[in-house]
Amino acid sequence: MSTPDLLYSDVETDLRASVRDLLTDRCEPTALLARVESAEPYDTKLWRTLAAELGLAGLPVPEELGGQGASVRETALVLEELGRSVAPVPFLGSAVLATAALLGADTGHEPVAALLRRLASGEASGALAVPLSTAPGSAFPSAVAADGGGRLSGTVRSVADGGAAEVFVVPATGPDGPGLYAVEASAATVAEPVSLDLTRRIADVTFAGAQATLLAGANGAPAALEHALLTGAGLLASEQLGVAQWCLETTVAHVRDRYQFGRPVGSFQALKHRIADVWLELVAARAAARYAADALATGSDDAGVAVAVAQSYCATVAVHAAEECVQLHGGIGMTWEHPAHLYLKRAKASQLALGTPGKHRATLATLVDLPG
Amino acid sequence: MSESTIDAAELRDRVAALLAEHDPATTERPEFLRARFDAGLAWVHYPVGLGGLNAPRELQSVVEAELAAAGAPDNDPRRIGIGLGMAAPTVLRFGSDELKQRFLRPLWTGEEVWCQLFSEPGAGSDLAALATRAVRDGDDWVVNGQKVWTSSAHTARWAILVTRTDPDVPKHAGMTYFVCDMTQPGVDVRPLRQITGEAEFNEVFLNDVRIPDAHRLGAVGEGWRVAQTTLMNERVAIGGNAMPREGGMLGKVAATWRERPELRTAELHDRLLTLWAESEAFRLAGTRLRQQLAVGSPGPEGSGMKLAFARLSQALSGLEVELLGDDGLRYDDWTMRRPELVDFTGREAGYRYLRAKGNSIEGGTSEILRNIIAERVLGLPSEPRTDKDVAWKDLPR
Ligand SMILES: Cc1cc2nc3c(=O)[nH]c(=O)nc-3n(C[C@H](O)[C@H](O)[C@H](O)COP(=O)(O)OP(=O)(O)OC[C@H]3O[C@@H](n4cnc5c(N)ncnc54)[C@H](O)[C@@H]3O)c2cc1C
Repeated sequence: MSTPDLLYSDVETDLRASVRDLLTDRCEPTALLARVESAEPYDTKLWRTLAAELGLAGLPVPEELGGQGASVRETALVLEELGRSVAPVPFLGSAVLATAALLGADTGHEPVAALLRRLASGEASGALAVPLSTAPGSAFPSAVAADGGGRLSGTVRSVADGGAAEVFVVPATGPDGPGLYAVEASAATVAEPVSLDLTRRIADVTFAGAQATLLAGANGAPAALEHALLTGAGLLASEQLGVAQWCLETTVAHVRDRYQFGRPVGSFQALKHRIADVWLELVAARAAARYAADALATGSDDAGVAVAVAQSYCATVAVHAAEECVQLHGGIGMTWEHPAHLYLKRAKASQLALGTPGKHRATLATLVDLPG
Repeated sequence: MSESTIDAAELRDRVAALLAEHDPATTERPEFLRARFDAGLAWVHYPVGLGGLNAPRELQSVVEAELAAAGAPDNDPRRIGIGLGMAAPTVLRFGSDELKQRFLRPLWTGEEVWCQLFSEPGAGSDLAALATRAVRDGDDWVVNGQKVWTSSAHTARWAILVTRTDPDVPKHAGMTYFVCDMTQPGVDVRPLRQITGEAEFNEVFLNDVRIPDAHRLGAVGEGWRVAQTTLMNERVAIGGNAMPREGGMLGKVAATWRERPELRTAELHDRLLTLWAESEAFRLAGTRLRQQLAVGSPGPEGSGMKLAFARLSQALSGLEVELLGDDGLRYDDWTMRRPELVDFTGREAGYRYLRAKGNSIEGGTSEILRNIIAERVLGLPSEPRTDKDVAWKDLPR
């Protein structure tokens, strides 16, 4: 194992600055709060700017397939910023999960390449039709069945960003075993239950004899799906880091300004020590998230361990940071008006996403030979 | 100091040259270590002539790996942790050229052990309250007072010492920092037995101990600033070292887990894996911190690593005692001894559990480290203070 670069390169730092500028401008909390209860909970204009104009949907996609030819290290950085602003864009569903599934399939196969081009260019947004709670290493799903003619039937619950998707990447089981298919959203029924996470919604997607295009057959589909789940779980750690970072910064700013008993509440040691603990967790979360992104980017043999460590740790840190943020704001932290709840909801929902911390620890037990 | 042009390949060449001239198989240990120091391969980020090559700090690992592969002896850092981690960076930063030349080589080779005469019965976390007096007498200073919890004072040849030189100004302003000869008349070292049974630390009485002014580090009255350098480095020294995956305390528990399947329970399993993941995350954080600090000295972030290290060591060693069940009821040996070296992961689980309790006290308690993070890293306001503008002699105690 050579030592991975856990820092941010100059290019990554520049990328961060431009994404942050855009989000500061276009995703400020008041407007965001208004949007989450509107008819358009996803910000399609912002998504278009990010995906099509800045080219962020196709960062790890090779240039000949319409992407930027960068790597998921850069994707992770964008996720940090998106987490920091809980931006209501289908980045995880489309640019991470659906895209990684395609990159994990045979990109020389024309339907795969064509769909990658659509997603990478931001022309369409996609979603991976599995429950968001699916962990890497899960059995190939059987919720959707494919018939001999390539038509899909079945319902998949809790698909991340399913409501914003124009095309679904669907794992389905047919007469020849597992397969990965593409289905246009117009050929599916998409129901949107009320989501815990207001800024990344889930959808229940039903296929009833839907016309599908085969992307990968029995030989490639399980590996493509696993690639998507592992990549998603590893990169989600960076988003969780961003969520936690906002919570820490916002809490620090609040306790410095808020006076009780004639002094800033941030001068009370009981609070300072709790905030110092959150800071410390963030130090480790950043290292773990960077390592996971680097391991995924380089296709390291250690990616499994890196992802299990990052996802089990960062998920917990984000929830802790968000819970402390609410508590240390006092009454205002409990209001709808203050954005802290958007972060708490994102943090808590993300803890269940792509494997709970306990599930990742169970994976780790096997990988590092510490059986139960 | 000029910009360094040394890279890993160059270092490998220099190690090869050292090994060619001083075959570790036939060279006496001290002689090999002296030659290594003189070749600039002791601590490569130190200046040329003082054991280093002005090279980037992270290249040290290249040297260590090459020398370990050749079976070369090391300087046993567990014996001389205070010298390496605390005295050396302070001497380097504040010592005169003569002091650097005199002290750094035998410090690094381990021929001279160092200890740290900071804490006193009345001044622990509040180190700046210390009372040991140093009074100028010609070219010397005469020191009187009592220090406590002094690790390895019984093996030390030299000490870093902070004293009060001006009781009439507020406490932070009236301190001066010295190198103290532990063999001087008037230095009286007595063991203090610890919860582990042994006496790693001591109390040290200083009665009319003479220290030449040439052994002063930093200006008169600047002792607090000099001590800060020592303390920042101490926190990196405890908990900031590069470690392989599953190294340290985690490795001990993991080995027991693998060897003793009959002891496993579901509850301990999840705790172990939670700590495994956390330890790995903090190990990576240490790597990241070292990448950031590749050149330069540790900032307050180092406090974070020490805080994490203490918590994880305690949690892991406590878990191991529980895991051991019946065997956890036994202890290897309570005999009073004065050990030559400190090894946090040495001996058996019970010892490790008890010794780890010191990790959140020594080198700044975990409470103090959280204060430092909150105030210096996050910029939170300090608690109201009553002691800042009061002359030291008028402080309540
Ligand atoms: C194993 C071991 C080895 C040591 N080796 C050395 C050595 O070689 N040389 C040396 O000089 N010293 C050494 N020490 C001493 C160590 O640095 C002190 O014990 C430490 O700084 C704490 O001081 P104290 O013991 O006086 O405790 P106190 O400062 O009295 O602390 C008592 C309790 O109060 C808490 N507390 C104090 N102030 C605050 C505050 N402002 N806010 C919140 N909580 C606070 C502390 O965290 C602690 O829990 C060693 C200690 C140990 C345990």
